[in-house]
Amino acid sequence: MIALLTRDMRLAVRAGGGFGLGLAFFLIVVVMVPFGVGPETALLSRIAPGVLWIGALLACLLSLDRIFALDWEDGSLDLLATAPLPMEAIAVVKALAHWLTSALPLVLAAPALGVLLNLPPAGYLWLILSLAVGTPALSVIGTFGAALTVGLKRGGLLLSLLVLPLYVPTLIFGAEVARRGAEGLAVATPLAMLAGISAGAVALLPFASAAVLRINLR
Amino acid sequence: MSFWEYANPVKFIRTTDRLLPWLSVTAVLCLAVGLIWGFFFTPDDFRQGSTVKIIYLHVPSALMAINAWLMMLVASIIWIVRRHHVSALAARAAAPVGAMMTVIALATGAIWGQPMWGTWWVWDPRLTSFLILFLFYLGYIALWSAIEDDDTAADLTSILCLVGSVFALLSRYAVLFWNQGLHQGASLSLDKEENVHDVFYFPLLVSIAGFVLLFIALVFLRTQTEIRARRARALQARERLA
Amino acid sequence: MMPDLGSYAQYVLSSYAVSLVLIVVLVAMSMHRARKVKAELEAIEARVKRQSGERATRNG
Repeated sequence: MIALLTRDMRLAVRAGGGFGLGLAFFLIVVVMVPFGVGPETALLSRIAPGVLWIGALLACLLSLDRIFALDWEDGSLDLLATAPLPMEAIAVVKALAHWLTSALPLVLAAPALGVLLNLPPAGYLWLILSLAVGTPALSVIGTFGAALTVGLKRGGLLLSLLVLPLYVPTLIFGAEVARRGAEGLAVATPLAMLAGISAGAVALLPFASAAVLRINLR
Repeated sequence: MSFWEYANPVKFIRTTDRLLPWLSVTAVLCLAVGLIWGFFFTPDDFRQGSTVKIIYLHVPSALMAINAWLMMLVASIIWIVRRHHVSALAARAAAPVGAMMTVIALATGAIWGQPMWGTWWVWDPRLTSFLILFLFYLGYIALWSAIEDDDTAADLTSILCLVGSVFALLSRYAVLFWNQGLHQGASLSLDKEENVHDVFYFPLLVSIAGFVLLFIALVFLRTQTEIRARRARALQARERLA
Repeated sequence: MMPDLGSYAQYVLSSYAVSLVLIVVLVAMSMHRARKVKAELEAIEARVKRQSGERATRNG
C-alpha cells in the first residue's frame, strides 16, 4: 500500500503529472473574481470565504480524472486488481494520494489567496481548518466519480456533472464554517457537520468506489 | 403467482401491454377532471387570488419528482440484489420522467413565486433541494447514456443512485441549515388536522392521482421500449458474431 | 366559460401552458421512441428467423 502511495505521488509530482496545475488554476480563479464583481474591498472581503472554497473545489475537480486514467490506459489498474490488495484499499490509497498531491497544496495556498481577496484576519484560521477538514471528503467523493467514469473516453465533463452535485453538502458546511469564522460567529455546528460528512465519506465511499472499479474492470 | 414473475421481460411486456390502455385512459381522465375542476370550478384564495390554481400542477409534480427518485432507488436495489434486468431498465425509464416532473415543479413554482413573493427565484431550502435533485437526475441520465455495455451501465447507475440518494438527503439537511426559507410548510400530510381547505383538497387529490397514473403509464411504456431496445442490441450483436 | 383570473391571469395560464407542453412533449417522445424501437426489433427478429430458417434448410 505504501509502495503504491509513494509511486502515485511520485508520478503526480513529476512533470506532466499536473501537480502544479491545480494550484495555478486556483490562483487564476481567485484572481478572476475581482474582475467579475468589481474591486470594492468590502464586497471582496465579504465573499472571500465562499470564493476561496469554490476555487479550491474546482481546482480539486480539475485533477480528478487523472486519478485512474493513466493506470487504466497502461493496464496497471488491471494488475493492481490482481494484486493481493483489496480493491477498497486501492481506492483509499488513490484518494489519499489525490488529497496529498492536489488538495493539501490548495489548503496551504488558500491563506495567501485570502490576502488577495482581503479576507478578514479572524477568518484565516477557520478557512484553513475548514478546508483541511473538508477536502478529504472532496477527494474521496471525487475518487468515486473518477471510478465511475474510468472506462469512458471523454469522461471529464461527465465526471464534473456527476461529482458536483455530490459536493454540495461539503461545500455548504465548509463555506459556512469559513464565512462564520471570518465574521466572528460561532462555528461549532457547521464544523461538526463538516467533520461528520468527511468522516462518513472517508469511511463508506471507498466501498462504493471499489464496487464500481470491479464492475468497470470486468 | 409471485411478484417476481414480472421480472421476466416477456411476461412484463405482455402484462403491461394489457394494462397500458386502461392506465393511460384513467390517467388522462384523472388529469382532465382534476385540472379542469381545479381551473374552472374552484374559488380564488382570499390571499393568493387566482394563483392558487397553480397548486394542481405544482404539488403533484413535486410529489412525483421525489417519488420517481424513490422508485429508481428501489429498482436499483432490486437490480443489485436480484439481478432482474427489467428492474434496471425500469429505473432507466423512470429517470427522464422524474426529471420532467422536477422541471414542472420548478417552473410552476417560479411562476407562482413571482406574484406571491415578488421574485422568480429565492435560494429557499425547498427550491434549492429541488434544483439539486434535478442535477442528480441529469447526472444519472448522462451516465446511463454514456456507457455502451448494458449491464455495466445498469450496475454503475444503480450504485450512483444509492450514493446519490444519501447525498441528496445530506444536501436537504445542509440546505435547511444554510438558509431558512419563504416556502410554506407541507400542503398535505397525514398527521395534520387541517390540510388545505376542502374546496382545493378534492380536485388536488384527483390531479395527484392523475400524475401518479401518468407516471406509471409512462414508466411502463418506456420500460417496454428499453426492453425491446436491449433485445434488439443483443440480437444484432449475435448476428455479427454468427 | 373562462373563469375570472384577475390580475394573475398570465401567471396561472403560463404555468398551465408550460406544464401541459412539457407533459405532452415527453409523452409524444416516449410514444415515438416506443413505436420506432418496436418496429426495429420486429425487423431484426424477422431477419434472424429467416436466416436461421435458411441455415436449417441448407444443413438439412
